[in-house]
Amino acid sequence: MKSVFVTVGTTSFDELIAAVSSPAAEQVLRSRGCRQLVLQIGRGSLQPAPQHGPAFVREVFRFKESLAEDLRSAELVISHAGAGSCLETLEEGKPLLVVINEKLMDNHQLELARQLHKDGHVLYCNCSTLVETLQSMDLSALKPFPPGQPEKFALFLDKVVGFE
Amino acid sequence: MQPVSPPPGSTGTFLLLLLLLPPLLLVPWALVARRRRGRRTPPLSLLVVAGSVHFIFAGGHTTEILRLLSCLSESYSPRCYILADSDKMSEAKIRSFEQKRAERFSNSQFTLDRIPRSREVRQSWTSSVLTTAYSILYSLPLTYKLKPDLVEESQILREQHHNQILCNGPGTCVPVCISALLLGLLGMKRAIIVYVESICRVETLSLSGKILYYFSDYFIVQWPALKEKYPKSVYLGRIV
Repeated sequence: MKSVFVTVGTTSFDELIAAVSSPAAEQVLRSRGCRQLVLQIGRGSLQPAPQHGPAFVREVFRFKESLAEDLRSAELVISHAGAGSCLETLEEGKPLLVVINEKLMDNHQLELARQLHKDGHVLYCNCSTLVETLQSMDLSALKPFPPGQPEKFALFLDKVVGFE
Repeated sequence: MQPVSPPPGSTGTFLLLLLLLPPLLLVPWALVARRRRGRRTPPLSLLVVAGSVHFIFAGGHTTEILRLLSCLSESYSPRCYILADSDKMSEAKIRSFEQKRAERFSNSQFTLDRIPRSREVRQSWTSSVLTTAYSILYSLPLTYKLKPDLVEESQILREQHHNQILCNGPGTCVPVCISALLLGLLGMKRAIIVYVESICRVETLSLSGKILYYFSDYFIVQWPALKEKYPKSVYLGRIV
């Protein structure tokens, strides 16, 4: 778990950024082998200072054209519950910890994150349980997320319109 | 703090009902028209209604719908894409998808059109009714011009924006669908309407989904819980 990528998508989620850059979280991350923490903070007002120590690097940015590169180089992704963030991380085959924003409990985007957790594809916690989750989590227990099957849709459509 | 989007005002609801009433009354007619539909022979023109997302991720609606199209055979041609005029991200994705497709199939054709979005993020319900009516009027000549055999739509995925909770809304697909339906009822062209609800919808439908559940010929959901709640829907597993 050398590199950890934290993403809040286009939203702001200061509580997550605060929790994950707290001394307690940093200590747990380092104890689990993390040497690089990359924070994508979106519209958030909290902007932690970057660090460039020999043993620990913290990078901070707001937005990028594409986060594919950051996802690819991460060994753990910590994300808000946004559907786009969750799906793209799982498609990259990366272990994902979804952190729920409890101020947005009735947000429909939570539906997908909850279901993915129920099916064992992602870990799930809130900001106050982040540190203990980082300490106790077992990433090897996560189930891989199989790709969808658009060919089934094509077969269905062929039948609908009468193509053989 | 997160302000909650305002509940539909009673005037807004009334106007919305008024707007939806004519198509609602025409539904039995549409059902009869559906029975008369026979087999189709290739090629078959396909109208694709794409939406926009505020994701910086490549995820979201347009990616979802292009994934669905990726497995369709060359018989589905031309593909006519309709985007909201405020959608800045989808066009590049569609063009790159079509370019790859042209390398595979020599006879590959597509068109790309834009319509005003019926409801913008954070727009009030009352004014949404007016803009929806405007988009329907705008969509009518376009759907007439394109005369698709098949309309395929998917939910428009909205993101939280500027710290406010947004709800899903009928952006581009509801006006296009309703105008396609009207053309069918006028006897000009009866298109098959296929709606695909977004993978993000596990237990509840989007507002577009709730409306188009009644107007589509085939309504596809991607989670079993929705299939149970909406018996008319089709569940094929996860297809994106």
